[in-house]
Amino acid sequence: MLEHRKLEILHILHENSRLSIETMANMLGESPDDVAAAIDELERDNIILRYSAVINWDKVESRRVTAVIDVKVTPQREVGFDAIAERIYRFPEVKSVTLMSGTYDLQVIVEGHDIKEAARFVSEKLSTIENVNSTTTHFLLKTYKTDGVIFDERDGDKRLVISP
Amino acid sequence: MKTLTSRLSPIVQNLPPSGIRRFFDLANQMEEVISLGVGEPDFVTPWHIREAGIYALEQGYTSYTSNRGLPELCEQIALYLERFGLTYRPQREIFVTIGGSEAIDLALRALVCPGDQVLIPEPTYVSYRPCALLAGAEVVSVPTRAEDEFRLTPDLLASRITPRAKVLVLCFPNNPTGSTMDKEDLAAIAEVAVRNDLLVISDEIYAELTYGRHHVSIASLPGMKERTIVIGGMSKAYAMTGWRIGYAAGPEDILDAMLKIHQYTILCAPVTAQLAALEALKHGEAEKRKMVHSYDQRRRLIVQGLRDIGLPCHEPKGAFYAFPDIRPTGLSSEAFAERLLTNERVAVVPGNVFGESGEGFIRCSYATSVTQIERALERMRRFVQTLR
Repeated sequence: MLEHRKLEILHILHENSRLSIETMANMLGESPDDVAAAIDELERDNIILRYSAVINWDKVESRRVTAVIDVKVTPQREVGFDAIAERIYRFPEVKSVTLMSGTYDLQVIVEGHDIKEAARFVSEKLSTIENVNSTTTHFLLKTYKTDGVIFDERDGDKRLVISP
Repeated sequence: MKTLTSRLSPIVQNLPPSGIRRFFDLANQMEEVISLGVGEPDFVTPWHIREAGIYALEQGYTSYTSNRGLPELCEQIALYLERFGLTYRPQREIFVTIGGSEAIDLALRALVCPGDQVLIPEPTYVSYRPCALLAGAEVVSVPTRAEDEFRLTPDLLASRITPRAKVLVLCFPNNPTGSTMDKEDLAAIAEVAVRNDLLVISDEIYAELTYGRHHVSIASLPGMKERTIVIGGMSKAYAMTGWRIGYAAGPEDILDAMLKIHQYTILCAPVTAQLAALEALKHGEAEKRKMVHSYDQRRRLIVQGLRDIGLPCHEPKGAFYAFPDIRPTGLSSEAFAERLLTNERVAVVPGNVFGESGEGFIRCSYATSVTQIERALERMRRFVQTLR
């Protein structure tokens, strides 16, 4: 399958990973077998890593807190930022780690049951890692949009049922 | 005392009510209807365009503009039309209208003398015939055929021409069939038009919604610019139906006549919407491409789905409609649409409301989400199976 077709599959899956292979095949004008093979390959190559849902956790009973932590580190010879990043991302409470340009180096997102738990992670685990120089912790208050999805979407279908 | 009805204009009284109206009323009172009956984009106007509209209001743009529309908007339209090889002078050969609809009405009113014949290839959008009749024209239908994928052929056109034929109304990419005309198709029509000295109203509102091909305007062909009024607008390309911004471009003498009617009846298009349209034309290309790409995926999905159900469907190469053949079911368009709606709660539009030659077909708009299209197809499959 052509590369731009594979890219199109990725975009479709990213939008809605629950579509059937047949539907995707029809949307692309490809055969279901070819689409299935392409997806297998994308999974094998670790391009598709997981299929998951976008969830508005604010609407769910169990309240969780999310902390966004700016971390300044000293990069190490040979491995640069990677070794420190790994020491951080191995913690299960860490949701994401990103190397940033600008005034700090790593952006770390941590989830906990409450503020204390998240704060404890920062003071006891993150700050004590060798070569971590400083941390600035921000707590997330409200999510309006994630991964292109607006949580409080008001742009519903306002069209007439039938029009010329 | 005479009844009020007897005092109404006979032309208006004799206008048939829109065939879509009945289905609208029927569908509107039902719940859980999946609609493939909507003739407009399912996208909301891109935010940068909406934001430009909001900003215009904040800045106090609440007055009239010149009859022609904002000069900068006319210039942008001229620039836009250049991509089809069309050169129009913005201050003389273009003006802004209240949607393409107003431009259709103006063009017919400016051109038609009582008794003139207006040729309307069908199936087509529902407004041309009533507007022509209101202008005093005699309407001559030119039926197009499924075997030609509902393109207009020179033979079909020529067979309907009489000495009183004056205006030809084209709508390609077509609502409801999704058909497009490529350059060769149009060249053959242009030849007939020139030979018979026809004026052409070319409604190109779906010009941006073509798949795997670029739109060709008949006005770009030799000998055609001087006899063609090109009509376009923001509605379909930029998901701006409710803003009501369209335009007409054509020979100065005709445009002047149209502008005269426009200035006395409309004055000008709303300024907020004009400023939003300006933003769309200047910076809307990327969002528009995304929308077209998304329509294209859904187009393939619905066409394949309809064929799988056993409803033959030509490949629609433009707009956002599939026009499947329901004759294998033995039902008329109206009966099919009505029973599909009552039994399975899927709304489509019977093809015959777009002209007699649409009988035996239904219009399915794919400007709705993939999930809704899938559900609709599943329900239609069930419905068609009960007919076997």
